[in-house]
Amino acid sequence: MYCNFLLTGASNDKNRTDIMIKIRGLNKTYNLGSPNALHVLKGIDMNVAAGEFLSIMGASGSGKSTLLNVIGILDNYDTGEYILDGTLVRSLSETRSAELRNRKVGFVFQSFNLISFKNAMENVALPLYYNGVPRRKRNDLAMEYLEKLGLGSHAHHLPNELSGGQKQRVAIARALISRPSIILADEPTGALDTATSREVIEIMREVNRKEGITMLIVTHEGAVARATDRVIYLRDGVIESDKKNEKPVIEF
Amino acid sequence: MFDILGEILETMKRNKMRTFLTGFAVAWGIFMLIVLLGAGQGLQNGVRSNFEGRAINSVTLFPGWTSMPYRGYRADRAIRFDERTVDFVRTNIPEVVNLSAWIMYRPQSIAYGKEYGSWNIEACTPDLFYLDFMVIVKGRFLNEADMRAKRKVIVLGKQAEETLFKGEESLGKYVEADGIAYQVVGVYDRPQSQSFSSSLYIPLTTGNQLYNRGWGIRGIEFTVNGIDSEEQADMLTERIRALMGPYLGFDPKDTSAMYVRNSAKMAAETQKIFGYINMFLWVIGFACVMAGIVGVGNIMLVTVKERTREIGIRKALGATPWSIVRMVIIEAIFITTVAGYIGIIFGLGLTELISRGLSAAGGGGGGNTPAMFQDPTVGLGIVFAVLGLLVTCGVVAGLIPSLRATRIRPIEAMRAD
Repeated sequence: MYCNFLLTGASNDKNRTDIMIKIRGLNKTYNLGSPNALHVLKGIDMNVAAGEFLSIMGASGSGKSTLLNVIGILDNYDTGEYILDGTLVRSLSETRSAELRNRKVGFVFQSFNLISFKNAMENVALPLYYNGVPRRKRNDLAMEYLEKLGLGSHAHHLPNELSGGQKQRVAIARALISRPSIILADEPTGALDTATSREVIEIMREVNRKEGITMLIVTHEGAVARATDRVIYLRDGVIESDKKNEKPVIEF
Repeated sequence: MFDILGEILETMKRNKMRTFLTGFAVAWGIFMLIVLLGAGQGLQNGVRSNFEGRAINSVTLFPGWTSMPYRGYRADRAIRFDERTVDFVRTNIPEVVNLSAWIMYRPQSIAYGKEYGSWNIEACTPDLFYLDFMVIVKGRFLNEADMRAKRKVIVLGKQAEETLFKGEESLGKYVEADGIAYQVVGVYDRPQSQSFSSSLYIPLTTGNQLYNRGWGIRGIEFTVNGIDSEEQADMLTERIRALMGPYLGFDPKDTSAMYVRNSAKMAAETQKIFGYINMFLWVIGFACVMAGIVGVGNIMLVTVKERTREIGIRKALGATPWSIVRMVIIEAIFITTVAGYIGIIFGLGLTELISRGLSAAGGGGGGNTPAMFQDPTVGLGIVFAVLGLLVTCGVVAGLIPSLRATRIRPIEAMRAD
């Protein structure tokens, strides 16, 4: 459907570390030390190789969102070790973690999280603003990415003038523009109907295949998980199973 | 930098009304500050212009009544100045430059032909010319020859001349006062001051002979050199008392025996009062500005709260804490400076307008009343000080909200719908 994906600067980075995510014995407790302390992640161990397309599944309260936040350097953890693309992520300053997020991580959210008063192009260009890229250059790049995602004609539309699928495509473009090591998607299809969900998953698959960007999707939908190469089941803060999906299918 | 401004303008455009109202508070504060300072300056200028009619460094001695016994003299004795006192002052106080003594009378009816009016007649020495900053319109002022010969000559004020002569030539004509005819030798004017222009002058010696009813000379005024500070003025006053006391027979500590008016001291005191008034106006004006700043700070807090989600997104996309602080503070500075600038313009505009209006109405007082208010404008220095104040205020207003913004955690912010 959206196969107009011709990436000029193809970046199948062979020079990147083979292991994208390395997590050892990671624990995370909310309200540590208080009576209503909540032990959310109980000794997580996982490895993700560069270029993988995987999903983390689990019921609500299983700790999958917390894990995603830790991986995305939006949240810290108590004990254990987390290495992202060769960098140990551990008690970093706010500034340092912001820089790391900006360079290495792209986010796609269930609720899109586009800035409502900025048009599609400006939203896509925003990560580059925090990377110090001049306005003209980042707008040009944003246009390029929007066109890749088939939204060139909607570049100057505000988010509320776009459909859900279009919004998520803008969000994907925004996640891609800083050429991150990994894209983290939190229920990317949660707010979309089945046809649009299919469209978004296809695009993500495409991005993963053509750009070689590691793609980690957190979901509770079986259909989404079945479209990925590997599925990690999380239950009550521990990894219940970690299975290779030999025949990923996109069936919505 | 351009980029940052662009980001800020974009966010401000979304809330035009709110931005406007916030800005209005600041503009109003600054406007009040400028107008208040202008008013203070106007008052100062007005009072100073009244001083300008008289020499600023003059000392005046008035005779009084003793209140203490002195060297066998009893208390409650009248002190009398006469022509020898004048000579004593002239020769014994080295700082004296110009010296004048006078005998002042009640308003006197003065007539020329069928025209008449009432003015003070002041009998004085010729040096008064230098003390009172008068301008001779025609003829001359009194001179030493008038004094020696005790001539019955008179110098008219411009207004008196117009009233009595109605444009007719006055020089050499005789006017009549209390049954005595005086020849007009000159006409004077005091262009700098409206306050002391209704006296007519005759020679001291003439006045002494004709009108001295035992009162003697009513005052001795002289200008002094080299008195710059209040302390020096005080010391001079002390020295004059110590000198005049033994000569006229009163205790130098007896202040009621001789009153000494020292205009240098008065000027210094007035200056001090204006210092306080100015400080007071700054405090009030600053309080007005403060109200504006609190408004800006408040609105910025609301803005930060409202933009929690947006700030969360920005942080997730890699905005550093500093870039968030910068965004909020620069927005605050932007609002305060732009609004403050408008306040300055309106404030300056109003003071300028009042200033024009006042000078068009004849120096503020109008007619013969002294001007209490003149040229109420503030200097460029004050404008720059206010601009500096504005930027500081912007930082202060933005500081707390920006710190609040940095504490926003992206996860929670983006969850909040």
